[in-house]
Amino acid sequence: MAIVHLPGEQSVTIDAPRVPELFAALRQRFPDIADQLEEMAIAIDGDIYQDPGYQDLRPETEVHFVPRIAGG
Amino acid sequence: MKLHIHTTINGEPAEFLCDGHETLLSALRNTLGLTGTKEGCSTGDCGACSILLDGRLVPACLVLAPEAQGRTITTIEGIAQHDVLHPLQKTFLENAALQCGICTPGFIIAAKALLDKKPKPTEDETRFWLAGNLCRCTGYDKIIRAVMEASV
Amino acid sequence: MSERTFAVVGTRPVRHDGVDKVTGRAAYGADANWPGMLHGVVVRSPHAHARIVSIDTSAAEAMPGVKAVLVGSELPDINATIPLGEAALDLRDMSYSMMARDKALYHGQAVAAVAATTLDIAREAAATIVVSYEKLTPVMNVDEATAPDAPILHPTMRTKGAPPDAPPSNLASRLEMKRGDVDAGFADADLVIEREFRTPTVHQGYIEPHACIARCGEDGRAVIWCATQGPFFVRDASAAIAGLDPAHVKVIPSEIGGGFGGKIVVYLEPVALLLAKKAQRPVKMVMNRDEVFRATGPTSGTKIRVKIGAKRDGTFVAAKVSFWYEAGAFKGSPVGAGAMCSIAPYKFPNFFLEAHDVVVNKPKVAAYRAPGSPMASFAVESVVDEIARELKMDAIDLRLKNANQEGDQAPYGPKFGPIGLKSVLEAAKNHPHWKAPLGPNQGRGFAIGFWFNGGMNSSATVTLGGDGSAAVQTGNPDIGGTRAAQAMMVAEELGIPVERVRPSVGDTDSAGYTDLTGGSRVCFATGMAVIRAAEDVREQLKARAAKIWNVEPSAVGWDSGNLIPPAGAKETKSGHDAKPLTVAEVAAKMAHTGGPVVGRASLYAPMAGPGFGAHICDLEVDQETGRSRVVRYTAIQDVGKAVHPSYVEGQIQGGAVQGIGWALNEEYVYNRDGAMENAGFLDYRMPVASDLPMIDTVIVEVANPLHPYGVRGVGEVPICPPLAACANAMRSATGIRFTQLPLSPPRVLEKIMAAAPVAVGA
Repeated sequence: MAIVHLPGEQSVTIDAPRVPELFAALRQRFPDIADQLEEMAIAIDGDIYQDPGYQDLRPETEVHFVPRIAGG
Repeated sequence: MKLHIHTTINGEPAEFLCDGHETLLSALRNTLGLTGTKEGCSTGDCGACSILLDGRLVPACLVLAPEAQGRTITTIEGIAQHDVLHPLQKTFLENAALQCGICTPGFIIAAKALLDKKPKPTEDETRFWLAGNLCRCTGYDKIIRAVMEASV
Repeated sequence: MSERTFAVVGTRPVRHDGVDKVTGRAAYGADANWPGMLHGVVVRSPHAHARIVSIDTSAAEAMPGVKAVLVGSELPDINATIPLGEAALDLRDMSYSMMARDKALYHGQAVAAVAATTLDIAREAAATIVVSYEKLTPVMNVDEATAPDAPILHPTMRTKGAPPDAPPSNLASRLEMKRGDVDAGFADADLVIEREFRTPTVHQGYIEPHACIARCGEDGRAVIWCATQGPFFVRDASAAIAGLDPAHVKVIPSEIGGGFGGKIVVYLEPVALLLAKKAQRPVKMVMNRDEVFRATGPTSGTKIRVKIGAKRDGTFVAAKVSFWYEAGAFKGSPVGAGAMCSIAPYKFPNFFLEAHDVVVNKPKVAAYRAPGSPMASFAVESVVDEIARELKMDAIDLRLKNANQEGDQAPYGPKFGPIGLKSVLEAAKNHPHWKAPLGPNQGRGFAIGFWFNGGMNSSATVTLGGDGSAAVQTGNPDIGGTRAAQAMMVAEELGIPVERVRPSVGDTDSAGYTDLTGGSRVCFATGMAVIRAAEDVREQLKARAAKIWNVEPSAVGWDSGNLIPPAGAKETKSGHDAKPLTVAEVAAKMAHTGGPVVGRASLYAPMAGPGFGAHICDLEVDQETGRSRVVRYTAIQDVGKAVHPSYVEGQIQGGAVQGIGWALNEEYVYNRDGAMENAGFLDYRMPVASDLPMIDTVIVEVANPLHPYGVRGVGEVPICPPLAACANAMRSATGIRFTQLPLSPPRVLEKIMAAAPVAVGA
């Protein structure tokens, strides 16, 4: 389970044990923005991952999508 | 046809062949293997190629290699005495006056020229003397501190 | 985070690579020479926008001494993205940017290259290459690029998300971030201030030009020596662009003479590789300063419109910020990051951010220290300064009132963990500089800035010597003293003297994969790997001691470099009570207790533990010439934990001074044909020692919970506040709000004269 904040202020609750299952569920529910989401970084409880992996998700985990950032 | 130049570098006789249009910086780095002197701009603006020519602070990129004939040159490789670092080298290390270090040889040569001429410069005098040496990493603060500490 | 007492972390040992650097021995990119080496030279476009009609290389190929010639059409076609890690970079774009195909898209873009036995011959040969162009009109800023009927750079590029039948555009993408209702917010505000800001194209300004040597053997295996922030990236990108298998490419990073983000992408390496492959001899390529300015990524010039609404008591209620960033000739400016950083320090219940990525006929922008953030900070912090003035509130108090803290939601979504913004603001408020009196023609400016803390992939190995010394190796080139910090971490974890730790940077064969040096990530993420690798060594030593004492490894204790036997353990030989053993003593028995001890760790760290900085700038302005001088400067920053305080201070000072240069003098000056007119250090005016006072630094430490020592990335935050700190100081000194950078003497003088009652000649 996770609370997912999509770009554009829409928030949904998704039942997924890990990040890959979350993406699969998002692709099913929001096929139009699925590609866009895959190009973004993902913040899991505040920590930003440039490359979403196989992290576990708890019921209260908050997920945000943020633009990928380059450092210098 | 190349010119045959005889000179003195860091206290030792040295000789090399060069074209008439070659810079002393190129001769030092590419012919003599003295790569401690760095090339940052080739227009005399950054100070990374600072050397002492007959004791005078010059940018090696603006000196033609043949001009070295019969003169004495000091490069960064000649600053330490055998296994003893020059006071400037020590204070630069202790004050963390370098980050990437590319400008450091130029600064040490330039600072040595200053201290040779004026053993106890003020902060302002030090800053203006070193205005010909660019550093992009440090903001100059620790470099100035290191030079002033070496001057004591 | 526990209050751990450190023995080594927080001290200031002399860096291990220091003596090589002060004696000139350290080898940078251009300092190597390989046997049989050729010299490579690039032919560059004299036009900012042009179709390439034909390239005739026949004269060059026939010249004695010329061993290889390369043109863009010979590069393999790619259509892939490579995970840069921090941002997926379009490889195709990178290949096209590195050497033009059918169009030249910026003045100075490479169109061909030559390798010859001497540099002189290579230059002569390059001059004989005839390129015929059909000139096109360039677009040199976001306004020109987005005007109706603007000349289009890429005929197949549409704005991202536009329908397939939309016309081609120079607007690569538009991103929106919002919260609440800005219109309602502004309606509710007692004060609304709106301003438009512009910042110029500026360069990272590293003193060492790009340099590399590449060789490609008869077996197709290649080696590249180069000055880079990311050897693994160079390997992957060069192999892909040159059409080689990365498994056959090794990259050896030299010492690097500054990068600041500008030495992340590849410019010369794939070209050198292809020339080397053709000539079957190593090829050395070194840029001159002119090329560095004209043809390596500067950072984006920008246009930023800021509108902020506040209540009379200073509470911020709404923000609308529109960003247009120049991406250069290929898409991908840091406008998204800029937007995320712009209002990150503040609680805004309502905001609307729109970020436009616009292509223009300039080199593709490269990362420059907190990419995107300094410009955004300049705009927002200038408006915040005006709000403080209008409301007659202290500049720091206004920010304290609206400052985000742990648990508050960042504008990009997630809640902040522990952050040091309020601590930094309080430290600024209590600093003597804030209350010091000002002299005539002097003004004081204050501004804050924000940057994330890079994470991603890092590896480290720690090898123990039989004498109890240790070697630590990572693949991260050392730009600012990270080897010293890594040695200190190993010394701390193993309880051995820091002088007996040998830190080194490996090549892509010897070091475990690591993402690049940059993004303020090395001390944080690679540091974590180093600490874990040292812990791995410690655990192995416990197991070895356990063997010696014939006890369970879990029963062995550790204290500051000593292995502690459990109660009751006996020396096997003598039968006496076992005494603690030092690391050196156990290391001496490695062969007898199981073999060499090698510790390793690898990890993927998230971006966590962002940093905030606050700067106070005093400027003195000469009213007759417009020239300004920084007379006092204080930079305060939350670094989490300063491993080596001298290098932390150095990063803060260096970043602050780059920002000061950006604010006061630096800019690319273009002529009408889109060619840079000041491509040298004389006229691209970076700060020199006589421009500046000492830069006072204050280190604040609010621990980053993700890192064992609490470390936050340091390197990038310091360039974020200075642009606005200087502009706000200028406002204070002259009464004039400057919305355009740089604040160079002619610009300042023009505004001073326009504002003053005319008295010339009277």
